[in-house]
Amino acid sequence: MSKTVVLGIGNVLMSDEGVGVHAAKALVEQYDFSSDVEVVDGGTTGMELLPVLEGADSLVVIDAIRAGQPPASIVRLEGDEVPSFFKTKLSPHQVGLSDILAALAFKGCAPGRVVLIGVQPVTLTLGMQLSPQVEARLEDVLKLAVEELTACGHLATLRT
Amino acid sequence: MSTRITIDPVTRIEGHLRIDVEVENGRVAKSWASGQMWRGIEQIVLDRDPRDAWAIVQRICGVCTTVHAIGSVRAVEDALQLEVPLNAQYIRNMILAAHTLHDHIVHFYQLSALDWVDVVSATKANPVTAARFAEGISDWEGNSRAVMFDTQERLKTFVSSGQLGIFTNGYWGHPAMKLSPEVNLMAVAHYLQALDAQRWANKIVGTLGSKTPHIQNLAVGGVSNPISTDSQSVLTIERLMEIKECMDKIGSFLHNCYFVDVAAIAASYPEWLSLGAGVDDFLSSPEFPLDTKGTQFMMPGGFLHGNDLAGFKKISRFGDPYFTDGVAESVTHSWYTYKNGEGELKPWKGETTPAYTDFQDEGKYSWVKSPTFYGKPAQVGPIASVLAGLATGDPKTKLYVDRLDEKVHSLSGPKITPAALNSTVGRHAARMIRACILYENLQANWQLLMDNIGKGDMTTFNKPTFPKGEIAGVGQVEAPRGLLSHWVVIKDGRIANYQAVVPSTWLAAPKDHEGRPASYEVALLGTPVADSERPLEPLRTIHSFDPCLACAVHLTDVEHKTAVKVRVL
Repeated sequence: MSKTVVLGIGNVLMSDEGVGVHAAKALVEQYDFSSDVEVVDGGTTGMELLPVLEGADSLVVIDAIRAGQPPASIVRLEGDEVPSFFKTKLSPHQVGLSDILAALAFKGCAPGRVVLIGVQPVTLTLGMQLSPQVEARLEDVLKLAVEELTACGHLATLRT
Repeated sequence: MSTRITIDPVTRIEGHLRIDVEVENGRVAKSWASGQMWRGIEQIVLDRDPRDAWAIVQRICGVCTTVHAIGSVRAVEDALQLEVPLNAQYIRNMILAAHTLHDHIVHFYQLSALDWVDVVSATKANPVTAARFAEGISDWEGNSRAVMFDTQERLKTFVSSGQLGIFTNGYWGHPAMKLSPEVNLMAVAHYLQALDAQRWANKIVGTLGSKTPHIQNLAVGGVSNPISTDSQSVLTIERLMEIKECMDKIGSFLHNCYFVDVAAIAASYPEWLSLGAGVDDFLSSPEFPLDTKGTQFMMPGGFLHGNDLAGFKKISRFGDPYFTDGVAESVTHSWYTYKNGEGELKPWKGETTPAYTDFQDEGKYSWVKSPTFYGKPAQVGPIASVLAGLATGDPKTKLYVDRLDEKVHSLSGPKITPAALNSTVGRHAARMIRACILYENLQANWQLLMDNIGKGDMTTFNKPTFPKGEIAGVGQVEAPRGLLSHWVVIKDGRIANYQAVVPSTWLAAPKDHEGRPASYEVALLGTPVADSERPLEPLRTIHSFDPCLACAVHLTDVEHKTAVKVRVL
């Protein structure tokens, strides 16, 4: 049985930066998944996520993204398009997804398939709410995540 | 002629830490440390229920989640003078020790070892020689020929497939890299093994905290782990035995691998035991409370001036007035303004009103405030903690300092004196020594918890009640990067003011109200810079502090930007 991890990352104290975490929570609330799917609120952590991702065959990441798109745009990246390199960094805060994927690849246990669903933020101001524009796109983000799961052969059922 | 180098790995909107240095005759002559993001996160908890604050503030920071959570509940408990049941103290102590061990292992191997280890050079090593060297200095199980061959194969696969892309931003072949190809290969093997070791530490946090990355089990007044000797859903003896297994695995890695690698780096880079000294005043918090009131501790903390170990002044309990009276923050060089001018404010009276200017070398240049202890900057972190141990005659501290000194000596390295600890490599050494002490404390707390449960005490929580009127409290934590304090003012059961004075504020602060620099800026002065396009040496010193600014914004960035900017003045 192949395992897929849906990983929502971001800082929920900084409005749209937390879109990945909001999406992960909403997914768990609104859908039932087969047991080979794990939905994880990764928050803003770094290397703590390694054990979560080590056993995954596929990985779907939901995160705020800086991709030069209009605010509240949704972007889908796959495979090599998802940055996977060690960055020059001053602080462990900059241990981002790219570093974790790089470490997994070096260890020889990177997920075979990586998809990133990114949302270009409208605002990063202090606050625990998403901007109305990004909030309005949340359902689309969930649908995209569910499509990815279906494509990997998993079951995701909307709760009634 | 001098050269100005700006290391600013991220863009302004996302920004974290920016370092500027001016280099003259190959050495740093001037330095600036700047936090590039507004630190106003405390405002989010204003007017909330103090019992909810910990779950919110643990999201302040992606690395230090757990310690912010613990700092927050301790602050509210201090305000209420609420005692914490012994079981809850032991469980929190174990979480804190395991979290810090995780941090230290990841910091040394994943975040800073590659400042000293040339990965590309390792592809040219003779694996047999590498194994012989590694087995000669340690009987760690991960030093065999098979491991060295496997590691090198893995590395070569990366290089030949062009995948070394993941390491392209490293400073490979830099003239400041000194290790032989064989030692580099050994270090790369340990880099991979550390990925497993950190996972055992994290598993302890997750098992006790119910969830990781963000723990769920804290409560003002204790922890929410019900203890039972038979039930499935709670903290059982079976789970405690799983934790024991994780502890044993970490112990072997710590003593046979991490300890030896730090000794090898110290012996190979002796000049870095006299470069990178931070501020010469040290401040630490006592940690691992053993009683319900927070007056007896496993690790000492306090204030030390220079290396005057005899003049050490102890912080004797949580909320000790000697500590709370001493801390203040100024904003003379920070992008904030105080209502009543430019002096210092106590955290309980703290204000966070932004006043952004541009980056002004002589004026305001950082979002970080400047904390002081009785009017002067202090260095927090592993050196402060180890020196506090030496000053109070803590036998564990002395044991590991002596043992490291012997090991470095056996590798033909210099003497590890208390003064040498205040340096770039000394900071790594102190962190490793602290990891060994933390490990013993982790084991001891596990035993204390087992014994206390054995006596029939299952209490984990004392219910808080909030009085009418205003109360204030402080929550101290000796966190991975050093002394963390959360300061809360509660009025009629709601939060009226909240300030977190985080370790990296003490270290990364801009100059204070009297122009005195904090540790990052002090430590950079005199650092050699061989190649201004590749400023490896300043990065080594900054990395040795394990920098971490209390605000994690980390969007996925597909518009790669160069991190280093060089300007000839």
